[in-house]
Amino acid sequence: MKPAPLWQIAGTFASLSLVAIGGANAVVPDLQRQVVQVLGWMNDTTFASLFAIAQAAPGPNVLIVSLIGWHVAGLAGLAVATLAMILPSSVLAFGAGRVVRRLAGVRAIRAAQRGLVPITVGLILASGVVMATTADHAALSVLLTAGTALYVFVSDWNPLWALSIAAAVSLLGSWLGLPA
Amino acid sequence: MPGSDASAPSLPHAAKRVGRGELFLGFLKIGVIGFGGVAPWARRVIVEERAWLSEEEYASLLGVGQILPGPNTLNLAVMAGDRFQGTLGALIAVAALMTMPLAILMAVASLYERFAALPEVASAMGGTAAAAAGLVIGTALKMAQRLRPTRSAILFGLVAFVAIGVLRFPLIAVVVVLAPLSIAAAALERRA
Repeated sequence: MKPAPLWQIAGTFASLSLVAIGGANAVVPDLQRQVVQVLGWMNDTTFASLFAIAQAAPGPNVLIVSLIGWHVAGLAGLAVATLAMILPSSVLAFGAGRVVRRLAGVRAIRAAQRGLVPITVGLILASGVVMATTADHAALSVLLTAGTALYVFVSDWNPLWALSIAAAVSLLGSWLGLPA
Repeated sequence: MPGSDASAPSLPHAAKRVGRGELFLGFLKIGVIGFGGVAPWARRVIVEERAWLSEEEYASLLGVGQILPGPNTLNLAVMAGDRFQGTLGALIAVAALMTMPLAILMAVASLYERFAALPEVASAMGGTAAAAAGLVIGTALKMAQRLRPTRSAILFGLVAFVAIGVLRFPLIAVVVVLAPLSIAAAALERRA
C-alpha cells in the first residue's frame, strides 16, 4: 500500500481536533467514516484492531490517531497525525487556561459543562456502539462486548483485565471452532 | 499578585512552586501508569501524591479541560504546565505525558503488524476489539449514571448519540449545532 500524503493526514485530524469534546473517544465514528469510507486508508477489521490497541495501551485515548498515522505513513505519519490532533486543541486550552485564571469564569464554566457533558456522553456511547457493530460478527463477540460494558459499568477495576480475558476467550473460541 | 483577585477563590495563583524537572517527571508518571485511562491517575498524582494543586483547583482546571475539545488530561497538562512554568512548562507537561504512551504503543503496534497474519493473533485481536467497544460503552453508561441527568441532558445526549451512532452524520456539523442549543437549554432549565 502506498503511504497516504502527509498533508492529507494533517488536514483530516486537524479538522477533528477542535470538535473532539471529551477527547478522541468522541470522534471514533467520524474517524472511521473518514479513514475507512471516505479516504480508503484501511478496512474495518484493521480499524477495529488499531482501536483495540489504542484502548489497551496506556496514555490518553488520542493515541488511536497516532496509530492510524503510523499505519498509513510510518513514523512521519505518526508524528504528523499526533501533532495535527493535539496542537489545535492544546493551543485553545493554553489560551483558555490564561483567560480563566484572569476572569474567574467559574460560573460560566459550570453552565457550559452542564450543556456539553451530556453531548460528550452521547458521542462516547455512539463510539462504543459503532465500534461494536464493526468488531462484532458473531454471538461470542457480542457477548464479549456486553460483558466488558457490564464490567466497566459495575466495577472500578482496571479495564485491562477485561480486555485480556476477552483476548483469551476469543482465542479459546477459535481453537474450539466457534465462529467469531 | 497573590490574593489580588478575591473573586476567584477556586483559582488562586499557584501557591506551590513546581520546577521543570518535577513537572516532567510527574506527567511522565501519569502517562506510564495510565493503563485503561489516564484521568484517575492524573488526579491521584497531582492532588494526592505531589499536592501541586488542591482538590478544588484541580476540579476547576479539569472542568475547563472538559468543556474544551481534546483529551481532558492533555488539556489539564497544558494548563497546569503553563501555570507552574509558563509556555515552556506547558510544552514540558505535554511532551512528558505523551512520550511513554507513544513509545509503548509503537512497540505493541509493530509487534501486531509483524504477527497480524497469524490466525491466533487475529482472533485474540478480534476479541480485544469487541471488548474495547464494550469498554467505551460501559464508560459512557457510567458517566451518564454519575451525571444524574436532567431532562434536557437526556434529550441532547440521545440526539448526539443517534446523529453520530445511528445516522452517521459528520461530527463537526453535529457539535456545532448541538453544543449551543444544549448549553442554552441547560441554562433555561436551571432558571425554571
